Amino acid sequence: MAVKKLPIAKAINESLRRALDTDPKVLVMGEDVGKLGGVFRVTDGLQKDFGEDRVIDTPLAESGIVGTAIGLALRGYRPVVEIQFDGFVFPAYDQIVTQLAKMHARALGKVKVPVVIRIPYGGGIGAVEHHSESPESLFAHVAGLKVVTPSNSSDAYWMLQQAIQSDDPVIYFEPKRRYWDKGEVNTDAIPDPLHKAHTVREGTDATLVAYGPMVKTCLEAAAAAAEEGKSLEVVDLRTISPLDFDTVQASVEKTGRLIVVHEAPTFFGSGAEIAARITERCFYHLEAPVLRVGGFHAPYPPARVEEDYLPGLDRVLDAVDRSLAY
Amino acid sequence: MTVESTAARTPRRASSGGKRASASAKKTASPGKGAAKGKGAAQGGEPELVQLLTPEGERVENSEYDRYVADLTPEDLRVLYRDMVLTRRFDAEAVTLQRQGELGLWPSLLGQEAAQVGSGRATRADDYVFPTYREHGVAWCKGVDPTLLLGMFRGVNNGGWDPNTNGFQLYTIVIGSQTLHATGYAMGVAKDGADSAVVAYFGDGATSQGDVAEAFTFSAVYNAPVVFFCQNNQWAISEPTEKQSRVPLYQRAQGYGFPGVRVDGNDVIACLAVTKWALERARGGEGPALIEAFTYRMGAHTTSDDPTRYRRDEEREAWEAKDPILRLRTYLEAQGHADEGFFAELEAESETLGKRVRDVVRTMPDPEPMSIFENIYADGHALVDEERAQFAAYQASFADAPVNAATGGEVK
Repeated sequence: MAVKKLPIAKAINESLRRALDTDPKVLVMGEDVGKLGGVFRVTDGLQKDFGEDRVIDTPLAESGIVGTAIGLALRGYRPVVEIQFDGFVFPAYDQIVTQLAKMHARALGKVKVPVVIRIPYGGGIGAVEHHSESPESLFAHVAGLKVVTPSNSSDAYWMLQQAIQSDDPVIYFEPKRRYWDKGEVNTDAIPDPLHKAHTVREGTDATLVAYGPMVKTCLEAAAAAAEEGKSLEVVDLRTISPLDFDTVQASVEKTGRLIVVHEAPTFFGSGAEIAARITERCFYHLEAPVLRVGGFHAPYPPARVEEDYLPGLDRVLDAVDRSLAY
Repeated sequence: MTVESTAARTPRRASSGGKRASASAKKTASPGKGAAKGKGAAQGGEPELVQLLTPEGERVENSEYDRYVADLTPEDLRVLYRDMVLTRRFDAEAVTLQRQGELGLWPSLLGQEAAQVGSGRATRADDYVFPTYREHGVAWCKGVDPTLLLGMFRGVNNGGWDPNTNGFQLYTIVIGSQTLHATGYAMGVAKDGADSAVVAYFGDGATSQGDVAEAFTFSAVYNAPVVFFCQNNQWAISEPTEKQSRVPLYQRAQGYGFPGVRVDGNDVIACLAVTKWALERARGGEGPALIEAFTYRMGAHTTSDDPTRYRRDEEREAWEAKDPILRLRTYLEAQGHADEGFFAELEAESETLGKRVRDVVRTMPDPEPMSIFENIYADGHALVDEERAQFAAYQASFADAPVNAATGGEVK
């Protein structure tokens, strides 16, 4: 059994390496992904080993990157494109929403566009404007796209394998502030289905649902709560579209309380969708309204105050207290 | 209709070696005055362009491009004529059907038949075309059943054909998006080492879009075998070309490092020749080229448009004198390449096509409501499954309601 301890960034690198090695139709494309190895070095060494035809440094044009990836996919390739930062995806948003998401339907299923778009997202790294955003809800709202986000090294490795093998376009959000967190990756494992949520901590008093960078925060909150005698269950959603409501429902039916945690603004965010659906499904099991902890309806703030904007341990625990007070 | 090029070099400028438009043609008003004022304008205000057949139906020599049409037989010319006539007839039927309420919208190609048929016939079966939404004539040349084009305008689908059957991608509504898809596809062609090329169609308005600029950049950087075929029909809905560019559009290519050529877009022979040139150099590894087909949209942008609000009748009348079909007919008749029997037979074929189009459109079935949930994802999606099941149950609730056999209404 090949088990390695890898940081998330390296797990993604290994996953890309495996995909490039396994399927000659897989391409890696993006700004600086070649010689530099990406601004986070996620693609480090890939061009050296697979050549400039497979690991392609592109012009600095996000719409061009996604638009040409669509054309390559129509030709039978499986491009994995990198958008340098979350806030830079918007020049490509038109191509993703009006073209990539709809081509399969437009052709009555006759064509497939298996493009993976990797986007480092979220805050907490002290970056400047446009480098710390969480636009996942904008993509989840669009039919035709799938949206996933790993929170640990094993998922980073395997979910990318599954995204590349999918015949659908997949937006693969990478929690950039967790890039250097290490975890075990079993490269011989048989992974769970791509769109299955994981219960990563058992509990009985309330359920915390999170994904990507907030999973670690919620696990820390659950550990802190345990010291106060509160038993919190933590569900790592892993996938935002489709969203595994069954796993969330099962947890809420057990605990009776739900707090959804994400970095993105709560208004019209994925937490709102989860709250609405779980209220429909679990109305008679809920002991308290579903609460949300997330970003404010404000532009992502300057780095010096981002810790006030981002949900941290205290804000999560405050929500837990409010839920338990009902 | 294939031409083996023996060209040792490729023309770099629209004017290289070519005869200008005939003197009589120069007397007509210059509709592209904005472009004509640019560097590419010939003396007298007429924009310089590659022309092999004058508006009067006279064949003129061109040392650079004649070689690409040197083997055209009278039969080939009749094929081009037939393509244009039947395309125009199909288009006219669609306009009429829209007026009758059978189609929700129609973008007419009236006036652009030569640009589309000339370039379309230049492609080989293994060349791949990425159209915008007005390329009915190109679709015809690629062998797409024209009635398939009507589905999205009737509202029964959003595309509805298999692009791989004829190498003709689905229509693209968002302006200029497809130029990037064409470029990416061409990058794939090059990676595959395939001996084929790609043509991206777009209009003069699209040249203002960032995606077109990015397509130019990517195609040049990766030397992609793609031909950018811009039909400059002078108007982007109500905005003239002057609102898109301060220089003739074909000159944009220079800044990206590949050749640009302006061709008489109402001259089917010139469009055929210039596109063959561009395709051959693309296939030969010389990269992209931009063709600006200088033409005119005789009708409205779409059937929702009202061109009387923004353009003068005189302008259209001046372009009517340059009609692409009439000039080829004049040439065919003058050369004795077609007799009355040919034209009569073609008219009958047009009638048959028109009837078929009418019949197909009027009997086109509405899609089943449950088809809303089809083909959204190749690998499936839990939310789609859930909503499909909910909607099916909702529909079934009506089907289960007891119905009065005599009245069709609910039993009270």
